[in-house]
Amino acid sequence: MALLTLKDATIKFGGLTAVNKVSFDIEKGDLFGLIGPNGAGKTTCFNLITGVYEPTSGDIDFLGTRICGMAPNKIAEIGICRTFQNIRLFGTLSALENVMVGAYLRHKTSLLGGFMLTPAVIKETAELRKKAMELLSVVNLTDIAHSRACDLSYGKQRRLEIARAMATDPKLILLDEPAAGMNPQEKDELRDVVFKIRDDYEKTVLLIEHDMKFVMGLCEKIVVLDHGEEIAYGDPSEIRNNPKVIEAYLGEPV
Amino acid sequence: MDLVLHSVGGLSLDFSTLPQQLVNGLVVGAIYALIALGYTMVYGVLRLINFAHGEVFMLGAYTALLSSWVMGFTPDAISKAFKADHPLTSSPLNLVIMLLVAMAVCAIIGAIIEFFAYRPMRNQSRIAALITAIGVSLFLQYAGQLFLPANPPPSISQEVNPYQKVVSFVLSPAQMNAAGDVIKPQMDITVTVGKIVMLVTVVILMLALTYLVRYTKAGRAMRAASHDFDSASLMGINVNRVVTFTFMLGSALAGAGAMMLATFEGTAMHPFFGLQPGVKAFVAAVLGGIGNIPGAVLGGLLMGLAETLVTWIGFSQYKDAVAFVILILILLVRPGGLLGSNKVEKV
Repeated sequence: MALLTLKDATIKFGGLTAVNKVSFDIEKGDLFGLIGPNGAGKTTCFNLITGVYEPTSGDIDFLGTRICGMAPNKIAEIGICRTFQNIRLFGTLSALENVMVGAYLRHKTSLLGGFMLTPAVIKETAELRKKAMELLSVVNLTDIAHSRACDLSYGKQRRLEIARAMATDPKLILLDEPAAGMNPQEKDELRDVVFKIRDDYEKTVLLIEHDMKFVMGLCEKIVVLDHGEEIAYGDPSEIRNNPKVIEAYLGEPV
Repeated sequence: MDLVLHSVGGLSLDFSTLPQQLVNGLVVGAIYALIALGYTMVYGVLRLINFAHGEVFMLGAYTALLSSWVMGFTPDAISKAFKADHPLTSSPLNLVIMLLVAMAVCAIIGAIIEFFAYRPMRNQSRIAALITAIGVSLFLQYAGQLFLPANPPPSISQEVNPYQKVVSFVLSPAQMNAAGDVIKPQMDITVTVGKIVMLVTVVILMLALTYLVRYTKAGRAMRAASHDFDSASLMGINVNRVVTFTFMLGSALAGAGAMMLATFEGTAMHPFFGLQPGVKAFVAAVLGGIGNIPGAVLGGLLMGLAETLVTWIGFSQYKDAVAFVILILILLVRPGGLLGSNKVEKV
């Protein structure tokens, strides 16, 4: 059974159909790419999957459960987490705290209970801290664990977002343009991080990216969107040679 | 030569009473700070000004009184107890119970208000939520007029209230010349025991709040939600629960303030009891920078000091107006508040 299934997922904003009958399956362990020109509906797709929007029609199933209309925090609980195209960290919290907040989902202590310093709470907080530090080391951010998130460089903020999403212990992690604004060296590091997430932590990854070299070198399966429609699906070499894709990106051949 | 009475611009300033006034201001300010925290935390998370907060404060005062009656502490009983040198003399334990009951009931009231009045308005425009808040405030005031007694007998009879007992600290003794005339009167600070207890309790509550916001799960979740409501929810935080928790926390602090003001100061209770302190605490929150927790404390203390200093320079009739002067000035000069950031939208 597929991990995530989109079946004719459609969302309309007034007269605009932002995503039109998009269907694809993501299997466990996939490194799945979602590409397309600006305004193709990629981030809207992410918003549909994570519960920010509810599809106008069509289905989205995760592990056989229909997740359309579920609250975002419920969807995070069943195992989908994401990063954002425009970085949305909790700026005044430290990097470590950002990751700890992500991990609360898997935490037994209740909100009120956290005030009591019972041995269980102390123990759980210590474990949480340890786990958060480990995730920071995955994205090479251990040295800035106590800096405020808003003081970090752009590339570090992007990696911190990945660590925060990882802290929710998702089965599927959605990365929205993780390499945007990164220099070539940072992109190489990021590629290693993504592989590490998939191989060492056994997560399934769905990512949006504009850098074709990055996507082609990373993803095993790719879906291409244009004007909300799915125009191609396949492995990188198929996508590279697909005339529809070339047309969408470069315009019609003269 | 008279060193103490100075005439400045036609005002006669009695510097010997200044320390006393500052202490009074600090105590009043501490209560304002306690209430302002509720405004500022709710604003931080929801961007909503909870105008019903003053009414939660009022209900807290009534709850404390009611709980003392339930425990059998009518003023008569207490007076008798005092005369008979009975051990039940409004002992600290009873006061602690009153405080805790007021805090707990206020927390529940806060959560109920949020659930029934504000949650349905969550995705509406901010002005709609603001009008709802004013509506809830008026509703509670006038419902209070129907059901709550005005000027009920206080929980501790003021004649025997041990917390009205005064303690004096002499700062500098009176100076006399050779003839025995006082050339400089004694400078001292006189505070009631109740005021000291209030101040200590406020400090304890604020330390507890700091701990809670900084180091606990709920506090981090609150800060995360106040920073970015939507992404907190996408990171699996149940934001509804965080909002409820924030309302409960703020309301509990208001309940504590109300219990202390009514019990130790013996302020007369009526259904509009929360109006004045509520509005002043709101100004305090804006003064410190709304949404900023240390700002609310600073704003509260400054408000209390401003009020007593206005009285000190001889304009006691403007005591209540000074809050609004401060509000207008801060909105003109530094709309983000003293500790708040004046956020500029990034282009």
